[in-house]
Amino acid sequence: MKALAVDAVWKYYGDYPALRDISFDADAGQCVALLGRNGAGKTTLLRILAGLSHPTKGRVQLFGKDHNDRAARSLTGIIGHGIAIYDELSAYENLKLYAALYALPDPHRSALEWLERTALDRVKDSPVREFSRGMRQRLAVARAFLHNPRLLLLDEPFTSLDDRAIALLQGLVRDALAAGGTVVMSTHQLREAMDLASHVVLLNRGRMAHRGERTPEMLADTGWLYRTYGEAS
Amino acid sequence: MKFLRQMLTIAAKDLRSELRTKEALNASLSFALVILLLFSFAFDPTSDMTREISGGLLWLVFAFAGVLLLNRSFARELPNDCLDALIASPLPGAALLLGKVLANYVLLLGIECVCLPVFGIFYNVRWTLQPAWLALVLLLGTWGMTVVGTVFSALTVNMRLRELMLPMLVYPVLIPCLMASMRLTTLILAGQPITGDELAWFKMLIGFDVIFTALAVALIDTVLVG
Amino acid sequence: MKQKILYALGVVAALLLTRNIWTMLTKLPDEAFQGAIFRIIFFHVPCAFTCFLCFFMALIAAIAYLSTHNLKWDAFAVAATEVGLAFGAANLVTGMIWARIIWGIWWTWDWRLTSMLVCWLLYAGYLVLRDAIEEPTERARLAAVMSILSFSVVPFVFFSIKWFRTQHPQPVLYGGGSMDSAYRIMLYLNWLPILIFAIILITIRMGQERRQRELDALRREIHAF
Repeated sequence: MKALAVDAVWKYYGDYPALRDISFDADAGQCVALLGRNGAGKTTLLRILAGLSHPTKGRVQLFGKDHNDRAARSLTGIIGHGIAIYDELSAYENLKLYAALYALPDPHRSALEWLERTALDRVKDSPVREFSRGMRQRLAVARAFLHNPRLLLLDEPFTSLDDRAIALLQGLVRDALAAGGTVVMSTHQLREAMDLASHVVLLNRGRMAHRGERTPEMLADTGWLYRTYGEAS
Repeated sequence: MKFLRQMLTIAAKDLRSELRTKEALNASLSFALVILLLFSFAFDPTSDMTREISGGLLWLVFAFAGVLLLNRSFARELPNDCLDALIASPLPGAALLLGKVLANYVLLLGIECVCLPVFGIFYNVRWTLQPAWLALVLLLGTWGMTVVGTVFSALTVNMRLRELMLPMLVYPVLIPCLMASMRLTTLILAGQPITGDELAWFKMLIGFDVIFTALAVALIDTVLVG
Repeated sequence: MKQKILYALGVVAALLLTRNIWTMLTKLPDEAFQGAIFRIIFFHVPCAFTCFLCFFMALIAAIAYLSTHNLKWDAFAVAATEVGLAFGAANLVTGMIWARIIWGIWWTWDWRLTSMLVCWLLYAGYLVLRDAIEEPTERARLAAVMSILSFSVVPFVFFSIKWFRTQHPQPVLYGGGSMDSAYRIMLYLNWLPILIFAIILITIRMGQERRQRELDALRREIHAF
């Protein structure tokens, strides 16, 4: 059973197809880098995988279940453009809330554990409003990994992270992959992405221009993929 | 009861957020008190006139102040994209909706309980004559307002001009609920018993609450996920 | 081909209307109490029927859109609602004219007129909602939900306002009593051309929506890169 199976997915906005016939899958332990220029459809695709949007045609299956199934959602962790943290609540309250939403057996303990792992335990009772940007980013990472998701959907996660947060996220992603998790990550930061990625999917104007393993050429020259499979300009 | 627990988690979060910042609560309460004051200039509040319009007046105040509060309901999830995280979680849309309805219900009832004594003082109305009936009308009428207002809050959450759109869309839908509540409250505050024909208003109010709660729960997933 | 059918329907409706008006003015006797103006009922009431029929069609279209995600249903929904609003407005205006002549006042809180006004505002809200959303799929989805919620409240509106007005009687435009059969026949006979006009308008409006969708898609395509 594949962790993620995307089957002939189309997404229309009105009569305009933002995604055209996207098909790929991912197994346990694989990290898929979703690449493409702005407007290629990366965020649209990730939102569908995250259950925030329905495909107009086609099917998405997570762990063999329909992507809207609640059980599948509880195995998925997301990092989007926003940090998805409530400013007026404390760090501890935020994590405890998400732990409860994901039906963790001991929300209190899970929250404390992850506050420690992200070096936020000393400020756990301060409202997030007072946090620095780096602290907020680390808290967002804690929120995403809190329930030990087996599928991680990350939308440009390294954008605007400081080096401490980047290191934290890379470590957590590596641990998740080693434990048999799956990661789909859209990114412009090709270096960090290529380091972690085992496979790549290149989107071009909503179409899948290339799908395959991440090769040494891609790692060495981050523009190679665009030149080979992308647009001429 | 997992669903109930999820509902209460959301309700508790909303209440905690609101009571900590008190933004919407303060605005709503102040607005309610200002309207109560303004109405006193619109007519001469002698006792005869007041008795006839007491129900109408009260529920107009509740409706205006309530919509201010209800606007915040889903709007509070927008900063930092919290709404996306909620939808992507295993939380059912119905639990999210009903949790928020519950939180709004508690807040709005709180505002109403503050407005009643103020109303009694400003307009010299004895509102404690039939407390059980009054409580019943408040509970039923406020639920109708809250359910409809919260689902429209979800509908309008991503729109520009949300603060203008929500009142414009919600008030026509609330007319039957408000009308029933106004009529019953006027009778109750006048000390008259609710009998026979007037009981039909209660039935309508209950019917409205049941049907719109069912509709809201059925439609919330369509509203939230595109 | 479609154009020709629409023209043919239009001609049929115009002929029917002419025939009806001629009958109204020459054959039907004046109503006992209200005199000549009573004839306005033959437009006033069919407009109301058409209005609510259109809103009902919009409800069907809304449910159909949510089931199929085919934007043609959304086009039907908006066309039906707009045409419904137009005929609702006609009902309100004829009601006001009637009230002015019979009672000397422009507006009576007659329960039927009041209910129509509330429903009109409800569905005007639907149009404002549509205006506020740019993306067509999102607009179709949220408008469909609005349509369902709006139609669900219509029966409540009628009941509550009717009860309210029986407790606070206001001048009533026409009683609930039975109408003379000649009048009733004319009422339904006049509904036919009005219904045909509604169908023509809805069809034209749906064509507009289809063309707008194509334009939007092309515009998006150009601006995407």
